[in-house]
Amino acid sequence: MAATIIKNGYVFDPLNEINGEIKDIFIKDGKVVASLSGAEARDAAVIDAAGKTVMPGGVDSHSHVAGAKVNAGRLMRPEDHYKSVRQKTDITHSGSGYTVPSVYKQGYDYAAMGYTTVFEAAMPPLEARHTHEEMRSTPILDMGAYMVFGNNWFIMRYLKDGDVEKAAAYVAWMMRTHKAYGIKCVNPAGVENWGWAKNVHSLDEPNIHFEISPREVIRGLAEVNELLGLPMSLHLHTNNLGHPGNWEITRESLQIISGMDPKNKTEVEWAETKENARRKQCVYLAHAQFSSFGGTSWRDFGSGVKGLVDYVNGADHVVIDNGAVPFGPATAMTGDGPAIHDLYMLSGQKWSNCDVELECGSGVIPLVYMKSSPISAVQWAMGLELLLLVKDPWKTIMTTDHPNGGVFTQYPQVITWLMSKKARDDTAKECHKWAYDRSSLGGVDRELSLYEIAILTRANSARTIGMAYRKGHLGVGADGDVTVYDLDPTRLNVNDPATLMQKFARPDFTVKDGQIVARQGQIVATPVGRRYYCRPYLDEALEKEMLVDVKNWFKYYTLGFSNYPVPEKYLTNPVPIQVNKPLEAVVRR
Amino acid sequence: MAEIVLLPKGEIGITVEAEAIRPDLMAGKSKAEIEGVLVWQGPSALPLKDFFDVDVRGAGSAEETTIVIEGDVPRVKHIGQGMKAGRIDIRGSAGMHVGAEMAGGSIIVEKDAGSWAGMEMKGGLLQIKGNAGDHVGSAYRGSWRGMTGGQIQVDGSARSQVGGGLVGGLIVVSGNVENFCGVRQSGGLIVVKGNAVRGVGAEMGGGNIAVLGRIRQFAPGFVEAGREENPKVGEFPLEGRFVKYSGDYAISKNPKGLLYAREV
Repeated sequence: MAATIIKNGYVFDPLNEINGEIKDIFIKDGKVVASLSGAEARDAAVIDAAGKTVMPGGVDSHSHVAGAKVNAGRLMRPEDHYKSVRQKTDITHSGSGYTVPSVYKQGYDYAAMGYTTVFEAAMPPLEARHTHEEMRSTPILDMGAYMVFGNNWFIMRYLKDGDVEKAAAYVAWMMRTHKAYGIKCVNPAGVENWGWAKNVHSLDEPNIHFEISPREVIRGLAEVNELLGLPMSLHLHTNNLGHPGNWEITRESLQIISGMDPKNKTEVEWAETKENARRKQCVYLAHAQFSSFGGTSWRDFGSGVKGLVDYVNGADHVVIDNGAVPFGPATAMTGDGPAIHDLYMLSGQKWSNCDVELECGSGVIPLVYMKSSPISAVQWAMGLELLLLVKDPWKTIMTTDHPNGGVFTQYPQVITWLMSKKARDDTAKECHKWAYDRSSLGGVDRELSLYEIAILTRANSARTIGMAYRKGHLGVGADGDVTVYDLDPTRLNVNDPATLMQKFARPDFTVKDGQIVARQGQIVATPVGRRYYCRPYLDEALEKEMLVDVKNWFKYYTLGFSNYPVPEKYLTNPVPIQVNKPLEAVVRR
Repeated sequence: MAEIVLLPKGEIGITVEAEAIRPDLMAGKSKAEIEGVLVWQGPSALPLKDFFDVDVRGAGSAEETTIVIEGDVPRVKHIGQGMKAGRIDIRGSAGMHVGAEMAGGSIIVEKDAGSWAGMEMKGGLLQIKGNAGDHVGSAYRGSWRGMTGGQIQVDGSARSQVGGGLVGGLIVVSGNVENFCGVRQSGGLIVVKGNAVRGVGAEMGGGNIAVLGRIRQFAPGFVEAGREENPKVGEFPLEGRFVKYSGDYAISKNPKGLLYAREV
């Protein structure tokens, strides 16, 4: 493969502490290199980035882009598709959908916006096959998926018995079997109760039948995570999500995990970075905006962000993503079945709900966040408060929890609000007055720099999920994923929000593995992305014992044990990541 | 005043999607420009002259421009979709989606119209002198907000789901309707001068429906709220004695929908 040079751009690469230096980036065989030989440089494709902003390719660590619930969203929302269409070109497929686009459109839209890596945030084990099938059809992007474990019967049983090791053996086997990347925990112990039209509402409330509390599930899964040494930490969607006053249970949930040590036991080659590229957190809180509601009811509802942020500022084991609400149509989809039912009771909208056998649940409902709505206006303010009030940007990641808070194509809008006080004030003027009255956003003067934006949108998202060994930076050995924005940092005018937003929406170039994939929003190449998953191992004898339990309870499943695993043929360019000591015997089986 | 005359050239195979036929988009254009306007047929974008002979008489603003389609075009869809001003006279039958999302101006269809006429219409006047298909003035599939303003007049009959998800505006059907007229309606008024088959006003939470003929199968979630003689529904006067029902209680505890059915 020919080499690529990105010349003379202002480079923002936080993991290498490069803050707007003018620098050339050399890429050879898809990887960043220190320099090129004379002959290689002569043949290289050269991108002139003089006067422009250069960042590593964007990394989205939490997005719902593949799997059964995403597809349920597509199926139940024809009205989401007919006005948002993408015409085919010689090299791209057609596609449609605004909040839940078709897989092709998702890949193209992310790449056109400068993102090259996207992780699906919730994969139920039984829907792993479907999730991988959709990821297989998603062009350009590198992807992986987190598996949902917080209401899994086997996990709940082992953890109730205090058998963390067997729970870990089960998780290890499940991740290998279904090609999962990380552990996701959604409304721990609560979704199981939803099978009986109930939920749990506090951390110490035991659920039905299993009699395990959310606290035990959170603690146990975090221990499993560090026992196995997975690349990312436990990814937590807290209890009582979407309820006024839930910021306190969120803080308590994070407290459960304080004092734990992050252990990354992956066997991968680490590209060069100045900053430590290994994760520092033991818990990654998902879409914190939905979990930091203040007040006690919808009447006295307000932002509870300050209470949560005070805790996060003093803790070093937490990373959060915000789950911004940039207004407009959205489709709520989550493994938190009861939360979707709550939304249905509020809106009366069409909705769907699903029980995933022994594993979890899920629900989908269309939403519109309106500037005129007091609740939406506060949620908008909260999403921004979270990123502006947490002092250390290495504790935050920017998302919209696509498509729950908003659509990923609205990221440029969110970035603009973070960078421009004027943009926030302009929007607040169009909003219900609760936006500033019931949050502290109006008094926040902080405007994030390009360096901080690079942390929030690539460096920290990659580090948090353990992908910074190759993603989220431009050190030697990193993947040649680069975004060139037509923004001159020396002449940056944050008081012109419209231009800023447009520049982030349509980067001049998106480069993936050294190949230009998008140019000013046009897709010019459609390489096939990689699929990352973890292969953790634990003691073989323990695994055998655990499998006896699994087979014993498989009678409760609607499918046979031999049909359960998802073979690697469902993945294009699979990249298995060895975690912990590989046992040959287990590999053979 | 300006008149743009489109004379259909003959039978059309695969249906043509002609949202480009709009007075506000064609006003001020020359004959050659209009002949070159692209319309979709399946996967191909083709010039309008492949399907119509074009004649342009006079010139004027969008408001002063009338497009006359001289003949039947049942296989031309989306005529006047989204138009904001001007007038379209279709001297024959129109295909699906005629006047969908129109916000102003007027469309007259001399004969029949296909389904989805006036879908999600926002303003203006759509008159269909013959019969209309399904989903007159309704929301798109999956959506819950149909027509929000303007007026649709069907001189013949319409089929199912007239005014589905109606938010505002007026729909008058002189003939009969079939199933689920006014389903999920939240505002506006539907007047059916003939009969309805079943499910009138199902899931409605607001707005008004009047059926002057008979309703064969009444929706179960309606409760009698009084009897009135020569009632006035909004600005629309009705003649005769009517039973007023409120509903649909099957969906909401406190629905604001009103259904007027002729007393028998």
